[in-house]
This record gives sequence, C-alpha cells and structure tokens, in this order.
Amino acid sequence: MADRNVVVDIVTPERIVYSEPADFVVIPGIEGYLGILPMHAPIVSGLNIGVLKVIKEGKETKVAISGGFMEVNDNRAVILADTAERADEIDIHRAKEARERAEQRLANKSYDIDIARAEMALRRAVARLKASGKE
Amino acid sequence: MASARDLRRRIKSIKSTQQITKAMKMVAAANLRKSQERVLAARPFAGKIKEVLARLTSANSGVSHPLLDVREPNNVCYVLITGDRGLCGGYNANIIRRNAMLLYDKPGSMVAIGRKGRDFFRRRGYDIKSEFVGLGDEMPFGIAKEIGQTLVNYYVKGVFDEVYLVYTEFKSAMTQIPTTMKLLPVEPPTQNEGEKGTRTIDYIYEPDPEELLAELLPKYIETTVYRALLESKASEYGARMTAMSSATENASEMIDKLTLSLNRARQAAITKEISEIVGGANALD
Repeated sequence: MADRNVVVDIVTPERIVYSEPADFVVIPGIEGYLGILPMHAPIVSGLNIGVLKVIKEGKETKVAISGGFMEVNDNRAVILADTAERADEIDIHRAKEARERAEQRLANKSYDIDIARAEMALRRAVARLKASGKE
Repeated sequence: MASARDLRRRIKSIKSTQQITKAMKMVAAANLRKSQERVLAARPFAGKIKEVLARLTSANSGVSHPLLDVREPNNVCYVLITGDRGLCGGYNANIIRRNAMLLYDKPGSMVAIGRKGRDFFRRRGYDIKSEFVGLGDEMPFGIAKEIGQTLVNYYVKGVFDEVYLVYTEFKSAMTQIPTTMKLLPVEPPTQNEGEKGTRTIDYIYEPDPEELLAELLPKYIETTVYRALLESKASEYGARMTAMSSATENASEMIDKLTLSLNRARQAAITKEISEIVGGANALD
C-alpha cells in the first residue's frame, strides 16, 4: 500500500517554515481553496493570500500565506510561499495595526494610486489574524 | 635611533588600531555566521523554484514569455554587487575588476548594488541605470524583490537585451570567487537527469501554464538575485574577517618589534647613565 501521508514542505525565500508528513492539507489556491489528500494527482497551482491548514493526527496547524506557488507530486506538497507564518509566530498586534491602516486608506480614498496595494495589505492582515485564531 | 618616548607613543597608537581591527574581526565573524545561515536557509526555496520551472518549461515547450525571449544583445547590462564599506581585503577590488573586464569586452550599462561599485563606476562616467546602496546587514527578501522587479521592467521595456549578475560566490571564509551569471533572458533550467528520468508527469495546472509561468519567472529572477545578494554578503564578511584577522596579527608583530626596540633603548639609556656616573665618580678620585 502506498504511503498514507502527504509530506508538506512550506518554504519561503528566507527559510523553511514547515516540513512534516501530514494527513490532509488545505491550500489557498489562486482559483479557490484546494484540499490535498494522499495520492493526489500531480498539480501545480498559484497561491492566493489566505490561511493554509495542515491536519496531522487530528491536530490542525494554521499558516498564514501571502501568494506564491505550490506543487503536488508523488505524495509531496511543496509550497513556495512569498511569506508564511505559523499561527504562533504571528505578531497579532502588528497585523491588527496593518488592518486598521489598510481600512483607513480604503475608507478615505485620498491615496487613490495605492488602492490595490492597500487591498492586498488588508487581505494579508486579515489572513494573519484568521490564522492566529485570535479573531 | 628613536627615543623611548617616540617608541612608547607608536606602541600605544598601534595598540589602539589593533583593538579596532580585533573588534571588526569579531563583528565580521558573528555576521559571517549569520549570513552563512541565511545562505543555507535560502537554498531549499531556490532549488524548489528551479525544479518547478524546469518541469513547467520542459513539459510545455510551446509556452512563451517576454522574459524567455532571446534578443540580439545590443544593450547588455551588468548588475554588480559590491559592499557598502571597505576594510575587507580584496573583496570589492576583485569584483570591480571583474566587472571592468566585462565592460571592456562588451560595453553596456550597469545596475549598481552597493556603494563601492557605484562610486567606482560613476566616477569613471559609466552609465548606471539604477542603484541600490546602503542595504545594511539584514538583506531582507524585499530588497531582492525590488531589484528583481526593476530588472524585469527594464528587460520587458527593451532597455536591456541581456542582463548579467556579477557577484561574489562564497566558498569559505578564506576563498571567495568573483562570478558572472546570465540572468536574463531566462535560460530554463534543465531537469536533473537520472533523478526523475525522462518520465514526464502529467500535471494539472491552475491557472494555465502560460499564466503560471508569468508568475513564476519574475519570482525566479527575484530568488536568483536574492541568492547572489546573500552569497555576496557572506563573502564580504568572510573577506573582512580574514583581512582584519591578519591586520590584528600584523599589529601584534609590530608591537613586539617596537617593544623590543623600546627595551633596547631603555637598556642603552641606563647603561649610558651608569657609565656617566662611574665616569664622573672616577673623575673625582
């Protein structure tokens, strides 16, 4: 019988964030969330800003991700994220501040050039807060 | 012969220089260790992105992207990575010499990263399209991203037809090798033979391969720039550590020599005094 696990590697340009076998991963793909179980077909997908969940022996680990790529092949999910932080690494205070700042910018449209950027910042902050589970 | 006072003054001055070089050596050693760790930490990502890119391009040979376009190399650009500060042995000089040789062979414009290289080539009137200085010791990925985006923009606009990275590869604290690498147009890395074999895997692509490639290629450039930055930084610290370590040794040697002359001078003075006293006493008899 083939391996019943899928090895999850989450790497950013600066470090390896997570590398362990797991039972199930939920990935924020560019075209919606993807669930990856063992024996998944090979897939390459872009990543969205969002929360990635790794489920291992009933325990859930959440990782906030902001864009990147992922590749699944041969029971191995390689996640190449621009940034990735585990729930316990997230600076909640900073994320909250970032969210407020982004919301303010979006509310008063004086920064009209940076709307796209503010939106991205808002989504990143929201993803971080969601992953940290404090909000 | 120098007087004892002059010798003492010189010894004192060399000692304080030695203290500085010693401190710099220690700082460089600590930073070297940190940047070596960073080089190691960045390796998995760089390797993986290369793998994915290789698979994407080999499985979909039809895909095209502006960054893959090979053009007549009329405008060549050299991206030179140097340090911001001196006192690091031949580190800056070596890489600047390499860059000057490249410019001599095939003239072109430059993007300067690091103060030393920028100053050198600006003083000589070279065309520096863009510069990034004062990057500090941390080297966050954001900087590499900015540089990568600048280069990609220039390339897509046709300002450059070919881009080379000129940086220093870190081998060890003692050896650093000036390296030139072609960055653009991207030459798709070929899949490692034997490892995955000729078996091509039928991937599901989300979104389609073209769009994925459009995302992946700039990221590949950024990662490559990032790696070059980290390697250069580690090399700089390695070179500085070695240079400062030998400077400290030289200072010790000089202090030893001067102390010897100082003692000799003191001895001579004492001997002279004794003989004078003896001579004076004899004259009284």
